[in-house]
Amino acid sequence: MEIKVLKDILSANNQIAAQNRQLLASKRIMAINLMSSPGSGKTTLILRTFEKLKDKARMAVIEGDVSSSIDAEKLGRAGVTAIQINTGGGCHLDASMVNSALLNLPLDDIDILFIENVGNLICPGGFDLGEYLKVVILSTPEGDDKPHKYPLLFTQANALVINKTDLLPHVSFDLAAFTRTFQSFNQRAALFTVSAFTGEGIEEWGKWVMDNLRKLRTANKSK
Amino acid sequence: MHEMSVTMSLLDLVLKEAAKAGASKIKTVNIVLGAMTGIIDRYVQANFELLSQNTLAEGASLSFRNVLQQARCRHCAHTFQISDFEWNCPRCQSSEIEITGGNELYVESIEVE
Repeated sequence: MEIKVLKDILSANNQIAAQNRQLLASKRIMAINLMSSPGSGKTTLILRTFEKLKDKARMAVIEGDVSSSIDAEKLGRAGVTAIQINTGGGCHLDASMVNSALLNLPLDDIDILFIENVGNLICPGGFDLGEYLKVVILSTPEGDDKPHKYPLLFTQANALVINKTDLLPHVSFDLAAFTRTFQSFNQRAALFTVSAFTGEGIEEWGKWVMDNLRKLRTANKSK
Repeated sequence: MHEMSVTMSLLDLVLKEAAKAGASKIKTVNIVLGAMTGIIDRYVQANFELLSQNTLAEGASLSFRNVLQQARCRHCAHTFQISDFEWNCPRCQSSEIEITGGNELYVESIEVE
């Protein structure tokens, strides 16, 4: 006997992601899933964003790493509420990991929640976490050829942050070629060139984050 | 790269569906797998053989329908398959495309007894 199923293999994850999304919406929190290779500057971008926006919004971080609490400690020292998830070898965060983290965060005191995914340009793309926005970061030393090599993540991005622009004179990263390739198949994403190290470009990125928070809040109000 | 967690979800899903139908054995699982997911079918197969031991799905064969990356040209509306090396529209050579397929990862049907 044949039974029609037609269900996503990750539907269990998607269901928990939907619960996360609902919980976050009820608390009017904007969650941003930050995805990139290891070492592209996710934590540093969060720190810069925190410095820039701390008078305008209350921020917290769910920090995903295979092991260690180095990043959460770094954020904690800067005054950011951060909760560490160790995947114990897992190559991505999934919705249930984020769900347990949410239960341990002061959700009534958060406007923007950064979910720093495990550094990996492949696996995080398969797992919905219940976020409001997906942001992909690529740093200039990684090379301008990445969009065609890792299409899943790049097609999903609501915004793309090109980080480490201060290194452009020293690396062979063709910004125009990169932009052309990326935008050839993702036209909706906002594009930012920043140096989280020097602070260059953080102004525009921060403005986009705040614009989206306002958009979410307005949409929430009209419900 | 994360075939183990995918296979665990797959097994849970088919066992639930089989139980719903009151089946005693799962013979075949028909899966649709998009190239963009990065999931490798033979790893899923190997994991499934291990995980399904002593369940209704033990010995079930997994049948994969692999879907290549599909795109639609934004200039001439031609639809085509993206190859690993060629992303431009084969008809008008435009690079302005929209990806329309390749991220599928679902169970189409199961055959049970």
